[in-house]
Amino acid sequence: MQATVQQFPPFREGTAHLAHDDHGHHEHHEPNFWQKYIFSTDHKVIGIQYGFMSLCFMLFGFFLMMLMRWQIAHPGVPVPVLGPLLEKICGPMAAGGAISPDLYNSFGAMHGTIMVFLGVVPLAFAAFGNYVVPLMIGAPDMTFPRINMASFHAFFLGGVVMLVSFFIPGGAAQAGWTSYSPLASTIPTNGQAFWLVGMVLLITSSLLGAVNFIATIIQLRAPGMTWMRMPFFVWAQFVTAFILLLAFPPLEAAGVLQLMDNVAHTSFFLPTGLAVGGQLADRSGGGSPLLWQHLFWFLGHPEVYVLILPAMGIVAEVIANNTRKPLWGYKSLVYSALFVGFLSFIVWAHHMYLTGMGQKIATFFQTTTMIISVPSVIILTCMFLSLWGGSIRINTPMLFALGFLPMFGIGGLTGLPLGLAAADLYLHDTYYVIAHFHYVVAPGTIFALFAGVYFWFPKITGRKMNEFWGRVHFWCSFVFMNLVFMPMFAQGIKGMLRRMSDGAVNYSAARVPNAIDTLPGSVMELNTWILWAAIALGVAQIPFIINLFWSISHGEKVENDNPWDATTLDWQTPTPPPHGNFAHEPIVVRGPYEYSAPGHATDFTPQDEAEGPSAPRTPTAHH
Amino acid sequence: MEIPYTVQNRPDTGIYNAKLGIWLFLASEVMLFGGLFSAYILLRVGAEPGMWPHGWLNVTLGTVNTLLLALSAITTLLAWAACKVRDFTKFKIFHACTILLALIFLGIKSYEYHDKLIHYEIALANGKFADGHLVEKSADFDLAKKTGTVTLHGHIVEDRKELMDLRSPEAQAAKHDEITIAATDIKKMENYGPKHNTFTAIYFTLTGLHALHILGGTVVIFYFWAFGGAMWKTDPERFTNRIEVSGLFWHFVDLVWIFLFPVLYLT
Repeated sequence: MQATVQQFPPFREGTAHLAHDDHGHHEHHEPNFWQKYIFSTDHKVIGIQYGFMSLCFMLFGFFLMMLMRWQIAHPGVPVPVLGPLLEKICGPMAAGGAISPDLYNSFGAMHGTIMVFLGVVPLAFAAFGNYVVPLMIGAPDMTFPRINMASFHAFFLGGVVMLVSFFIPGGAAQAGWTSYSPLASTIPTNGQAFWLVGMVLLITSSLLGAVNFIATIIQLRAPGMTWMRMPFFVWAQFVTAFILLLAFPPLEAAGVLQLMDNVAHTSFFLPTGLAVGGQLADRSGGGSPLLWQHLFWFLGHPEVYVLILPAMGIVAEVIANNTRKPLWGYKSLVYSALFVGFLSFIVWAHHMYLTGMGQKIATFFQTTTMIISVPSVIILTCMFLSLWGGSIRINTPMLFALGFLPMFGIGGLTGLPLGLAAADLYLHDTYYVIAHFHYVVAPGTIFALFAGVYFWFPKITGRKMNEFWGRVHFWCSFVFMNLVFMPMFAQGIKGMLRRMSDGAVNYSAARVPNAIDTLPGSVMELNTWILWAAIALGVAQIPFIINLFWSISHGEKVENDNPWDATTLDWQTPTPPPHGNFAHEPIVVRGPYEYSAPGHATDFTPQDEAEGPSAPRTPTAHH
Repeated sequence: MEIPYTVQNRPDTGIYNAKLGIWLFLASEVMLFGGLFSAYILLRVGAEPGMWPHGWLNVTLGTVNTLLLALSAITTLLAWAACKVRDFTKFKIFHACTILLALIFLGIKSYEYHDKLIHYEIALANGKFADGHLVEKSADFDLAKKTGTVTLHGHIVEDRKELMDLRSPEAQAAKHDEITIAATDIKKMENYGPKHNTFTAIYFTLTGLHALHILGGTVVIFYFWAFGGAMWKTDPERFTNRIEVSGLFWHFVDLVWIFLFPVLYLT
């Protein structure tokens, strides 16, 4: 608090409060706009580039979802307001402004792709990882700054290719975000080829990023930053990077093979005797549709942990900081994260119980799936226990972090029935899966990402985001998020199939009154409720968007470089950190969460504060 | 701002940044080719009995290519060793050999591709199959309009299965002549390109991706070979590291071929 400023003698005096001062003493020329914001090799700029792009993509993916929810609630009714625009862009697929089944399929495929590969992963891993990891370990930058830049550019190109595919004849990919063959090779649109090229670019981007992250964490830790002194966030990113490094290439291989199927007319994933539209396809056959699913889910499942681990890392940092006490079970957290990372490679086929791959294989994957829930529960339990006995500060980041815990808990626990083949056979193709997965990723991961945005915003800009509107954003999002996804569990258990472009009207009691096991009106009605909840959820994001941009120039200025009184190195830098990050080389002398250490003048002890409980750090100690 | 350990080893990890980076990259490459090799295994065990081809590729050319890459691995190592003892002339000679060997490899590979692309299987109207290399198409040959003739150097078989195992005594004994077929007799004509069957598909994909790696490695090595002089004069240590790192990539690409050769050519 008042002591913090004194902890940053001469190096930072004078610079600490000048948020917009140019700190680059190493730069002898003023970089122009292109050098500074587009072709920057500074990890912080790249992190912000990733952050901005991925937030835009998430908003876009959200709009696709709103259109789909409209179609589900009001099948065949023209979309209000956006209808004419939709018809202009998508042509006959949106005749009269209504969403055709083809268009619905392409929105579904692209919503998933955009949210996962262009939204959440780049934000959780690339944006936060890029900005925060080098700061947390006391590094001047990433090990390979230019590769880092290339990584962002590949990501950008991949995003462009994905977006362009909406405008080609026949529209974007329609085979779901999982792109199962032979469907993906038989739909008469080039959207799938665009999807594959886009994916190869995105995979390249994440590969370059992953190599960079691992090398940075291994090579550029500051003196004294031993492995067990690294903040949990860094560990989470480290494991995530390994998952990306090793799980994505098989999907790249699969992508190359499917591209060959679509462009060179090979039959890697096309079985013998494949008929398309009642005609025998002109293909050699002999391929295996299951092969695609294996290769896809070999990435697909580890990908879930790519989505969740960085989020857990953010939540851990926010919780430790706001409970003002050390994280409970730091070592358990670290080992659990490592174990999750390892085990995530051998659970993939639990997405494939319905394929009839065989009971023995299913049993193996059931077992590993049950085992992987153990470390996940350990992580969540450690975070809950960290709250025990803390003098908890409630602020927006903390609210989102606290919201994450039960929401991720619901997402995780509802996954257990899906991990068991017998229950999964019934639930797999229903809305239950949609609800389960979205509880993990939307109120789970995305809440953690919001926590991260509110938490690190002051370091990036030197100003805090507005607290009142932050709380409005949290409470509205919290309520409406649950109103969107909770009813889907009920719909799924009642047997409503996912992927139906008409909201399952054809299976409703109203449409087919005499059939057995039709969907009653109460279940169908939920479609309308979910639509309104989704619209309200969209409205609830407006305060966030305005708050984010408004606070850059009008937010409350931070009083010092460490406004949250945090211990980790990212807060022991000038604000915003200059090119090269630290005013001096930090020397780490203690673990990451030294909060409320007995005998210390303040309730936090930064990792690089010189030893001795009351000795203030002197400038000479670091020369 | 300086990034530490770009040239010198970090004491506690015992490695410099780029070397760690390339090893991580190679780990992902192992997974990439691992995915493709598992695809190969699944396609092969899933093939209908008797329909997985054997002996379709030229073992002699494959062996020559294997030896070329093995030799290039040695010259790559020697080039790095020459840098280590600060002998730039020797480095130039050895890596010139590497580049040359790589180019010959790619030349032979292109010849093999060409050989497959002019190799045709023709399903005849009488239910038999003609198979052989294209000699010529008559000027008015048009499959859609059913005009003209095509001449192959090959033979005619009763059953497609006879074309699958070229190592069998029957296939070895088959007499190959020039056959001229009228377009009116042709039901379907297809070359041994990627779409011919899953074997040619995985063959072209695996070796194509490998050839792209060879090409990429050659470009990088050529860049260091041709334009490395400046860095050699100012920072030989860093230049040597670059040769080591590019060499590690090259060895990996060689290693992939060591797996490809038996898997595709010998079995």
